[in-house]
Amino acid sequence: MINLNFISAEIFISVSIMFLLILGVFKKNSSSLIHNLSIGLLLITGILILNNYPDKSLTFFANSYIIDTLSSLMKIFTVIGGALVLSISKKYLKISNIFLIEYPILILCSILGMMVMISSNDLIVFYIGLELQSLALYVLASFNRDQLKSSESGLKYFVLSALSSGLLLYGCSLIYGFSESTNFNIIGNALKSTHYGLTFGIVFILVGLAFKISAVPFHMWAPDVYEGSPTSVTLFFATVPKVAALTVFIRFLYVPFINMIDQWQPIIIFLSIASMIFGAIAAIGQNNLKRLVAYSSIGHIGYTLAGLSVATNEGIQASIIYISIYMVMNLGLFSCLFMMKRNDQFFETIEDLSGLSKNHPILSLSFLVILFSLAGIPPLAGFFAKFYIFKSVIEQSMYFLAIVGLLSTVIAAFYYLKIIKVIYFDKEKEKYDTDHSTWLKVSLAISTLLILLYFIFPSKIVEIVSSVTII
Amino acid sequence: MEIALLFLPLIASITSGFFGKFIGDRSSEIITSFFVSISALLSLILFYQVIVNNYENNVVVASWINSGSLNVNWSIKVDALSSVMLVVVTLVSALVHIYSIGYMSHDPHKPRFMAYLSLFTFAMLTLVTSDNFLQLFFGWEGVGLCSYFLIGFWFKKDSANAAAIKAFVVNRVGDFGLVLGIFLIFHLFGTVNYSEVFQQIPQIIDKDLLFLGIHIEAIDLICILLFIGAMGKSAQIFLHTWLPDAMEGPTPVSALIHAATMVTAGVFLVVRCSPIFEYSPLTLNIITVVGMTTAFFAATVALVQTDIKKIIAYSTCSQLGYMFFAAGVGAYNVAMFHLFTHAFFKALLFLGSGSIIHSFKDEQNINQMGAVYKKLPYTWILMIVGTLALTGFPFLSGFYSKDAIIEFAYLKGNTAGYYAAGVGVFTALLTSIYSWRLIFKTFHGTYNNNKMKIEEIHESPIVMLVPLILLAIGAIFAGFLFKDLFISHESANHFWGDSIKFLKPLNSDHPPLWIILITPTLVLLSIPVAYYLFIKNKELPNQFSQSNRPLYNFLVNKWYFDELYNIVFIQSSKKIGLFFWKTVDIKIIDKFGPDGVSSLIKNLSLRASKFQSGFIYQYAFMILIGLSALLTFLILY
Repeated sequence: MINLNFISAEIFISVSIMFLLILGVFKKNSSSLIHNLSIGLLLITGILILNNYPDKSLTFFANSYIIDTLSSLMKIFTVIGGALVLSISKKYLKISNIFLIEYPILILCSILGMMVMISSNDLIVFYIGLELQSLALYVLASFNRDQLKSSESGLKYFVLSALSSGLLLYGCSLIYGFSESTNFNIIGNALKSTHYGLTFGIVFILVGLAFKISAVPFHMWAPDVYEGSPTSVTLFFATVPKVAALTVFIRFLYVPFINMIDQWQPIIIFLSIASMIFGAIAAIGQNNLKRLVAYSSIGHIGYTLAGLSVATNEGIQASIIYISIYMVMNLGLFSCLFMMKRNDQFFETIEDLSGLSKNHPILSLSFLVILFSLAGIPPLAGFFAKFYIFKSVIEQSMYFLAIVGLLSTVIAAFYYLKIIKVIYFDKEKEKYDTDHSTWLKVSLAISTLLILLYFIFPSKIVEIVSSVTII
Repeated sequence: MEIALLFLPLIASITSGFFGKFIGDRSSEIITSFFVSISALLSLILFYQVIVNNYENNVVVASWINSGSLNVNWSIKVDALSSVMLVVVTLVSALVHIYSIGYMSHDPHKPRFMAYLSLFTFAMLTLVTSDNFLQLFFGWEGVGLCSYFLIGFWFKKDSANAAAIKAFVVNRVGDFGLVLGIFLIFHLFGTVNYSEVFQQIPQIIDKDLLFLGIHIEAIDLICILLFIGAMGKSAQIFLHTWLPDAMEGPTPVSALIHAATMVTAGVFLVVRCSPIFEYSPLTLNIITVVGMTTAFFAATVALVQTDIKKIIAYSTCSQLGYMFFAAGVGAYNVAMFHLFTHAFFKALLFLGSGSIIHSFKDEQNINQMGAVYKKLPYTWILMIVGTLALTGFPFLSGFYSKDAIIEFAYLKGNTAGYYAAGVGVFTALLTSIYSWRLIFKTFHGTYNNNKMKIEEIHESPIVMLVPLILLAIGAIFAGFLFKDLFISHESANHFWGDSIKFLKPLNSDHPPLWIILITPTLVLLSIPVAYYLFIKNKELPNQFSQSNRPLYNFLVNKWYFDELYNIVFIQSSKKIGLFFWKTVDIKIIDKFGPDGVSSLIKNLSLRASKFQSGFIYQYAFMILIGLSALLTFLILY
C-alpha cells in the first residue's frame, strides 16, 4: 500500500483547483474571494509539505515519483513564492482590470505542475509536470489580452517554449532509446558509454531546460516576455518557475546524467559564463525596469549554474541558497515597482524613479537595500549568496569561472548603482500614490529586513539547506 | 611647571582655534596672549634656576612608541640649551602675541591667527624640549606646518599661497635629509633617544657605510644628513629661497617664525647634536663654508632690495649664516649666544618694520617712504636701537655675539677658520651698510609716497610699542649681561654642562687686538658712509649701479637662484609630470584601463540591446544555433 500522506500536498492542491473553478463558475463576482482563498490554500499546501518533511528519499508509483529533502524544500519555496506573488499583486490586478477568477487558478495550476516537476523521477512524469506549468504560464503571459504587448509576449513565449519542449522531448526519446527506460535511476545506471546518440540526448534535454531558466543563449524570449506581461506575471516568471526549473536541472544532472559529468560540465560552465557576462552587459543599456529585471535574472541564473557546475553537494546547496535569496530580493524589488503608481497608472522606467528619495524616503531606502543586495554588496544577503557560490567554485579549483563571475559582478554593479544614483541624486518628480495594500507594505518590509539582517543568522539557512544531499 | 609651560600655548591654541567664534575676537586675543605670557614667565623662572642651580630635568609626559627596541617618550628635557631656547621662544612669542593685537586689528580672522601663533609656540617648544629625535621631528614638522599656515594666512592672496607652498616644499627637501639622518641613527644605534645615541657615538667613529655607491664614514653621513635638515629649516644657501618669499605672511609672523625662533631650529639641531658633530671634522668644515657663504650671499643681496621686509629677511639669512659658521668652528656656545641676542634685535627690527608698514597702510617699498622720523619718533628710535644692535655697534648685544664669532673663527686656526673670519668681517661691513640704508631711506631724506599724505602718517598704538620697547631693552642689554654666562671660558663647563659637548676645550687664547677692533671700526665708519651715499649724494649709488649693471642685476635677482631652480627643478619636474599625466596616465593607463573597458562595455551593451530584435524567428534561430554549437563542441571535444 502506498503511503499517500507524502503526496497529500499535490492531491490537496489538485482538489482545490477544481473546487475553486467550480466556485468561480457558479458564484458571481467571486474574484476577490477566490484570490484570498487561493492564498490560504497555498499556505495550507505549504503546511502539508512541511508536515510530511521527509528524512530520507521515498519513491512512489513504481519509482516514478520521488519525495526527498530537495523536493520538499523547493516545493515550500514554490508555494510560499506563489502565495506572496498573489498577495502583493492583488491591487495591481484590480487597477489593470484583470482581476478575474482565472488568474489565481492558473497560478495554482502552474504551481501544481511545478510540484510534479520537482518531484518527478521519470521522464514522462517530468514532462507532464513541465507542460502543466508551461500551459498555465502561456495564458498568464497574455492575461491582459486587451493589450497588444501582453498578447504578443504570450504568443512569443508559447511558440518558443513549444520549440524548446520539442527539443526536450526529442532528447528524452533519445535517452529512452539508449537506456531502455524512462526512470531516472535506471537511466543513471545505464548511461555509461560516450556514444554520440547519448551526447545528443543530453544536449537536447539541457537546451530545453536552459530555455526554461532563460540561460544564454536560450534567453531571447525573456526580455520581451518580461516586459510585455503584466507586472505581477513578470514577478511570477522571475521567481517561482526558476525554482522549479533549477530543481529539475539538479535532478537531471545528478541522477540520470551523473555518469556523464564530463559531457555536461563544459556545457553548464559555458551557459553559466555566457549568462553572467551577457546578463551584466545587456542590462546596462536598458531603460525599462522590467526588461532590466529580465537581464538581471539572466545574470543571476548564471551564478546559480556556476554552483551546479562544480558537481559537489556544497555547490548544489550554494545554488539553492542563491535562488532562494534571489527570490526574496525579486519579491522586494517588485513590491517597490508595485508602489510606483500615480493616479492608477503604473510606471516602470528608470527615469520614473528620478529623485524618488525626496518624496518617498522609506521606499527609496528599501530600493537601496535591495539593489545593493542584488549587486552583491556586503553585508547584505545578496553578497552571501554570491559568496557561497564562489566559495564552492574555488574549492574545486575552477578559478576561471570564479574570476569571470567576479568581473561580471563588477559590471552588473554598475546598472544597479545607476538606479540608486537616479533615485538619490537626480531631480525629483511628482509624488507617487501612497495608498498601498497592507500586504504590499508588509512584503516589502519583510523582504528588505531579510536582506538586511541575513548576516545575523546565515548559519540557520545553511543548516536547513545542508540536509539536501544528492550525490 | 614644565608641563604647564609646554601645554599652556596648546590650550590657548585650541581655545582660540575651535572656540574663537563663541568667545569672540577680543577674548581669543587676551587668552592666547595671557597663556603664552605665563609660559614666558615660567620659562624665565626655569632659566634662572638653570643659571643659579644648574637645574636639569627630564619630565616624561607619556610613552609614545613602545615597539620592540624602539622606545620613544613624549618628554620635556630641561637643560641649559633647552632653557635658553625656551626663554627665546616664549618671550618673543609672548611679545609677538601682544603686538599682534594691535597689528591685526583690521583683520577679520583674529582668532584663527592667534590660534596658529599659539600652536606654533607649542610645536616649537616640543621641538626644543625633546629628548629624542622623533619628538624633535614632530616639533620640526609642527613648526613647518604652522609656518605654512601663517605664511598663507591671507589665503586670498595668490602670492601668499604660492609662498606658503614654496616654504613647505623647500623645507621638505631639508626634512628629507633630516629623516634619512634619523633613520640612519636608528639603523646604527637601534634607538633615537639623545642620551643613548650620544653615548654610542664614539663606538662607530671608524665605521664605513656604502651610501649611493660611495664609501663614506657613518658619522660623516649622519652629520651631513642632519645638517641638510638644518639647512632647510634655517634657510641656508641653496635651501634659502623660501625665506624671502615667506615675508608674504603678516609681519608678526615674520618676526616670530622667520627671525627669532623657527629658523634657528637648524642651529639648535646642530648644537644639540654637538656630541655627534664634534666627531666629524668634515661636516664641521662644510658647515663653516655653508654658513659663511650664506652670510656673505645674503648680505650682498640685502644691499639692493627695496622691500623693507625682504631686506630684513636676507639679513636674518645672513645672521643665521654667522651662527652656523660659529657652530662649524666648534664654538657652539657662541652660536647659541648669537641666536639669543639675534632673537631680540631681529624681532625688534621686524616688529619695528611692521609698525612702519602699519603706519604706511601696508606699503613695504622703502623707496616709497622717507622723512618720517618726526612722525614716528618711537618707532624711529627703536629701529635705530635694533639696527645698532644688529650691526654690532659697541656694547650693544650684537657687538658681543658677532665679534665673538669672528674671534673664535680666527682662533680656530685652520684655513676655513681664517677664511670665515675674513668673510665675517666683510659681511659685518655689508650688514652695517644695508641696515643704515634701510634706516636712512625709510626715515630720512625726502618723503616719496604719493598714495598718502605725510600728515596721515601716525605712530602705532601703545599695544604695538610696548613689545618693541621690551625687545629693545633685550637688544641693548642681552649681550652685555649674558656674555659671561654664554661664552666665557668657564661657562663651557659651568653653565652649559652636558648639553654641549666640546671634544677639545675651546681655544682660550686672546685674539690679536686688530681682530677685536676691526669690526667695530668698520661698523662705525659705515654709518657716515651710508649717510653720505643714501642721503647726501643719492646719485652715487645710482651711478654705481648704472655703471655696473650686470653686478646690480645679479644682486637684485638674488644671484638668480630662483631662476636657476625654476629651470632645473620646477620646469623639468613639470615636464615629467605632464608627460606622466598626459601621456602615460591618460593615453595609456586610462585609455586601455578604465576608460577603454567602460567604453567597450557600453558598446557591447548597445549591441546586445540591438541584438534583441523582437522577431520570433530570430529567437528560434538563436536557440537552434546554440544547440548546434553545443553539439558541435561536444562532438569535437
